[in-house]
Amino acid sequence: MIKVVLPAHLRTLAHVKGKVELEIEGPVTQRSILDALEATYPMLCGTVRDHTTQQRRAFIRFFACGEDWSHESPDALLPEAIATGTEPFLIVGALAGG
Amino acid sequence: MSNVRVLVGTRKGAFILTSDEKREKWDINGPHFGGWEMYHLKGSPADPNRLYASQSTGWFGQLIQRSDDGGQTWEPMNNEFAYEGVPGTHQWYDGTQHPWEFKRVWYLEPSPTDPDMLYAGVEDAALFRSSDGGKTWQELAGLRSVKGHLWQPGAGGMCLHTIILDPGNSNRIFVAISAAGAFRTDDGGESWRPVTHGLQSGYELPDPKAEVGHCVHNIAMHPSRPDVLYMQKHWDVMRSNDAGESWHEVSGNLPSDFGFPIAVHAHEPETIYVVPIKSDSEHYPPDGKLRVYRSRTGGNEWEALTKGLPQSNCYVNVLRSAMAVDSLDSCGIYFGTTGGQVYASADSGDTWMPIVRDLPAVMSVEVQVYHD
Repeated sequence: MIKVVLPAHLRTLAHVKGKVELEIEGPVTQRSILDALEATYPMLCGTVRDHTTQQRRAFIRFFACGEDWSHESPDALLPEAIATGTEPFLIVGALAGG
Repeated sequence: MSNVRVLVGTRKGAFILTSDEKREKWDINGPHFGGWEMYHLKGSPADPNRLYASQSTGWFGQLIQRSDDGGQTWEPMNNEFAYEGVPGTHQWYDGTQHPWEFKRVWYLEPSPTDPDMLYAGVEDAALFRSSDGGKTWQELAGLRSVKGHLWQPGAGGMCLHTIILDPGNSNRIFVAISAAGAFRTDDGGESWRPVTHGLQSGYELPDPKAEVGHCVHNIAMHPSRPDVLYMQKHWDVMRSNDAGESWHEVSGNLPSDFGFPIAVHAHEPETIYVVPIKSDSEHYPPDGKLRVYRSRTGGNEWEALTKGLPQSNCYVNVLRSAMAVDSLDSCGIYFGTTGGQVYASADSGDTWMPIVRDLPAVMSVEVQVYHD
């Protein structure tokens, strides 16, 4: 099972506490994780990536194994530790303060 | 027994304020959706327990929430606002053409007769309609064909912020868009045209009488006289007696005719309210005195309403959707400020009291009257 950590506001919206666990068949990528996330929690559609373009929203970041994957291809394979569920995939609200 | 429910949208959540018909003691419930910008909440006239709310942040975008129990519980609805066809372009700050991009919902207007029917005014400016309670949204794209390529964003964004449904003619709708103007449809939203004749924007537009480009801040109508419209423009308070075909200025003796909200008394169609602020660059009341101005003559002759409002060192603003009236007798007037106060008058504006003082900046105020 893939483990995903959501920002607090999206946990509230999805009515979940702690990490979200997702079953993914095939390659584990940003796109496959977000597809599974939105299929399980449809209220999150449009909050992480744009409905139409599927682009990451500007103030969302994706972290995996201590690395920022936000600017990588959505179809790039994520680290093995994410695919095995050893490490969580982090969806993060970007620093946007002043 | 009648009860009053005031729906308050703020920069950091929504609040629901309730009272009995005396409107003396208030319960404050919230924040709902804490941390989110709540541009607008509004109840269905056909079912007061059906509420709609626009919820957004820069991080997570737009959500639409619906309540079927007067705001006790909420359910997220569809948040996909897709422009019809190829979205096209509008004018950008530098004079170039810029693609239409959805940013947020500024305003929600439920149908007076059908709880599942509502309209949404969005940025970048467009009008959407849902006929299934917010489960799906369709754009009324004819609006953007009215010289949309010439529209350009104002300081607050290119937002469609005002929607007025003619209560006697379901095919007639008025909308207003910042820095674009006022528009009307007479065929249920298929085709539109500007209704700006008589507006003058000498300092804002190269052609002061242009068809589009006027910065309309808010429009109000009394349901018993749907051809009479009142407008708070960027500068100027205006009136139309012919459903927007022509406008004339009724600023009269106001200390400043710049402002954002305008409202009509629930039982007196010639009694209107504005909150003047000093200027386009100084968004606070003249002389540090928070004064609502009331005209009982449909404009031109105005009186300051000050009892209970701060009359020194007050530098808050009242945003365009942050004033509303209830339908009780006598009419209640409500407004919220950027300083987080919500003021109420239960006597048509003669006296005021704060319902609550220290909310986040208030973006919208709506009021409902309902019965137990």
